[in-house]
Amino acid sequence: MSLALHAGFLAGAWLVLAAAAIPLTRSPRGSEVFYVLAALVSAAGAASAIYAAIGTLPLTLSVPIGLPGLGTRLRLDALSAVFAVIVNGAACITSLYAIGYGREEPEPLRVLPAYALFLFGMNLVLIADDAFSFLIAWEFMSLSSWVLVVVRHRDAESRRAGLLYLMMAALGTIALLFAFGVLAGGEGAYTFDAVRGRTLTPITAGIALLLVLIGTGSKSGLVPLHAWLPPAHAAAPSQVSALMSGVMTKVGVYGFIRIVFDLLGPPVWWWSMLVLALGGLTCVLGVLYALMQHDLKRLLAYHTVENIGIIYIGLGLALGFEAYGMNWAAALALTAALFHVFNHCSFKSLLFLGAGAVQTSTGERDMEKLGGLIHRMPRTAFLFLVGCVAISALPPLNGFVSEWLTFQAILLSPDIPNWGLKFLVPAVGAILALSAALAAACFVKAFGVSFLGRPRSPAAERAHETDPFSLAAMGLFALLCALAGIFPGIVIDLLSPAVSLLVGSKMPVQAALPWLSIVPIAESRSSYNGLIFFLFIAFSASLAALAIHRFASDKLRRAPSWDCGYPDPSPWTQYTASSFAQPIRRVFGTFVFRARETVEMPAPGDMGAARMHLELRDLIWDYLYAPAAAFVGFAAEALNPLQFQTIRRYLGLVFLALVSLLLVLALWP
Amino acid sequence: MAVIRQIVLEGAQLLLVLALAPLFTGYVRKVKARLLRRRGPPVWQPYLDLARLLRKEVVLAENASWLFRAVPYLVFAATWVAAALVPTFVSGLASGHAADLIAIVALIASTRFFLALAGLDVGTSFGGIGSSREMMFATLAEPAMIMIVFTLALIAGSTQLSTIAEVFVGPSVGLRVSLGLALVALVLVAIAENSRVPVDNPATHLELTMVHEAMVLEYSGRHLALIELAAALKLLLYASLIACVFAPWGIAPSGAGLLAFAIGVLLYGAKVAVIGFLLAFFETSIAKMRVFRVPEFLGVALMLGLLGTLLLFVTRSL
Repeated sequence: MSLALHAGFLAGAWLVLAAAAIPLTRSPRGSEVFYVLAALVSAAGAASAIYAAIGTLPLTLSVPIGLPGLGTRLRLDALSAVFAVIVNGAACITSLYAIGYGREEPEPLRVLPAYALFLFGMNLVLIADDAFSFLIAWEFMSLSSWVLVVVRHRDAESRRAGLLYLMMAALGTIALLFAFGVLAGGEGAYTFDAVRGRTLTPITAGIALLLVLIGTGSKSGLVPLHAWLPPAHAAAPSQVSALMSGVMTKVGVYGFIRIVFDLLGPPVWWWSMLVLALGGLTCVLGVLYALMQHDLKRLLAYHTVENIGIIYIGLGLALGFEAYGMNWAAALALTAALFHVFNHCSFKSLLFLGAGAVQTSTGERDMEKLGGLIHRMPRTAFLFLVGCVAISALPPLNGFVSEWLTFQAILLSPDIPNWGLKFLVPAVGAILALSAALAAACFVKAFGVSFLGRPRSPAAERAHETDPFSLAAMGLFALLCALAGIFPGIVIDLLSPAVSLLVGSKMPVQAALPWLSIVPIAESRSSYNGLIFFLFIAFSASLAALAIHRFASDKLRRAPSWDCGYPDPSPWTQYTASSFAQPIRRVFGTFVFRARETVEMPAPGDMGAARMHLELRDLIWDYLYAPAAAFVGFAAEALNPLQFQTIRRYLGLVFLALVSLLLVLALWP
Repeated sequence: MAVIRQIVLEGAQLLLVLALAPLFTGYVRKVKARLLRRRGPPVWQPYLDLARLLRKEVVLAENASWLFRAVPYLVFAATWVAAALVPTFVSGLASGHAADLIAIVALIASTRFFLALAGLDVGTSFGGIGSSREMMFATLAEPAMIMIVFTLALIAGSTQLSTIAEVFVGPSVGLRVSLGLALVALVLVAIAENSRVPVDNPATHLELTMVHEAMVLEYSGRHLALIELAAALKLLLYASLIACVFAPWGIAPSGAGLLAFAIGVLLYGAKVAVIGFLLAFFETSIAKMRVFRVPEFLGVALMLGLLGTLLLFVTRSL
């Protein structure tokens, strides 16, 4: 298996598919044909990555297309293979979903070609082996996903989301461009191999790290560069939201791992502190923002921010361990991060697909207008519940395993001989535990308000079950969540080639352990067994059910709800999304969001309703984005006169610019 | 042979906690009543209550879903397993290698997750208020618990409860500041997790202040029996946890003889009796606090847990 075949097949297939999408959209069943083909191509892409990974890695390929003297270099190593399997696998299942969901699309011509190009771009990022092809692939991915975000371009909110996304993507690419410039240095080491060969000074490497954090962080949604995610994910069609949130943010993480762990050389302690601090901040802010939302897709998007934080915490720990030569511990932390990449991809895609099913069935994303869907969409409800349990890090599903591994890595960190890290790591551990608990509250809210209770609008009352393709896709993701949770050892073993490639050490082989346990370091320290745990609970639950049905009364009577004797038939007396979050808002929101509640009571004797106003402020927006936007506006206003000059003045300005550039060059040491 | 021995011991532990849990609840109620100079119901009253609930029919709200009916079984099973994973009279069982202390905490978290969903299922205002407040408490109680786990795990070098118990019974641990902090934090968390005074009142009904009871208000018959039994198991779980970590004496290794097991069971009974008495004493001497004071109460637990962990990160000897 050569890389030429893998890359050639993917490039050919996706580009042909993108072109073929244009005539396909004219036929009524065209989008179904397109998505079937897309699912097949993705499946083949995943299979070819798996096949390549079984053979000897890395595979390299040099194509004489591109810049003269450089061409395009491609490379598939263990890390690329892991991400290629995740990306293509998720794309395959998502395309399966879109076979049914895509039928409802009013403007398929705006979606299908960009969808194919988007998947092509993501695949290309993973195998790019020089700075130019990496950046081109990165931009390809950003721009094609931008087209998908602005599909509903007549909607002002969509356009605004698209603009914000485009600007953040541009910022990220500029940062990456500079990062590669710093890495290339004076000798122009643009291929990744040449960069690996260079030894960077600590300052150069530090600058590169900061630029990479901006570049890849803006793509994966690291706080404070997360602002584009919620509007963009909410605006895009659901199969695209699933891909952007479940997959594209992971390609951002791939970029970070590739550059920082692979290209940048041995890490320094403060890198770890920076990444840990940003990860912790991302984690807790992401989930708190998510709790304040009542739009289902925005809630999920903010939750992606939290999960990216968990991944970056794992990466930061790995950097810290590696900086002090504890590579065996770095392997554990990195495995936890990569495991969470896989997990988040599976459950977040599942949840976005579920939100899409709810949206097609009811036309609503606003949770305050949903409710009672478990009766009308029982299968979707069950699968969505599986996603909620998994993302809340509850055993025996997969979210718990990666969280458990991260906790185990934290427990190894007292051995790091650095005082800054000694104080930061326990705090980050507390933040991680806090976010897990908040995530559980958030998903009780998301599931409880949208699927349980009584319908809050006629649309929710008329909801119907979604199509079988969508159900099958969600079922597959749910199955992945369950399998990875019950057999975590297999996933850990599959990740170990990538881990040992990056930190030169790996976790013990898990498949060799009896009873499919997982053991991070040694059995005397800690171990977890998803299978036995699951069987234990299943056994005691069935025992309880059996005993109850054998010995207890099995009479059952349906009656109006009790509610302490005062049941109210109006669905508005139920708890809503905002009332559910109110206690948490009072505890955390007064500080984080400057939340202010004011209640207007009618005058005594007045029978009118009391009103409550809630004011939340997004401090990051107010203090970072708004000033930046104001500055850009001010600068544009100030430079505006330059637009209306005579040709003489323009030539003068050009000359001035040239001279000043030459001066800089001449004076450069 | 070793496998059969393990299974028998595991089964004995499962049965022990199941049989003891209602008795423990009844005992705490009795002590509370005696401290208030009431006679109080007999200690076996919870068994009678459970038997009565099991005989009664289930009155199910009209729009209750399948989830509402499945939750009691799930919650009961998860709590039962969690309670049996804490070493009571025997340590070193194989199940301890399947699930460590973090997994037990997560298991408790999942019972709360499902109970909160059940509270929202019928769509009543009481269910909602209970779920919402319970989850708010959990957002602080759970990280506090994880921090306690960190403190214990850093001292013992393991997150497995039986290893922690074995290390703590040895002479190497001694009195430590971090352990003291962890004990106080654990007590605070245990009080909040079990909805005891001052966080919540297990005896209250028809009051706006109730949290846990509001959440399970719509349950009746066998479903309610399972939930009550799960609540009793959870109370016993925290008592055994405190006993296992802070008074690990007399816990027999899994290879010991019958006499060691008998001593283990007796000592375990004595330990939880003392803990139950202290709980009842604490509850009668304090008033219930307002809901929005609870975050401060749990914030103290979180800070103590974090402080304990920090101390251990700074030096292993504190």
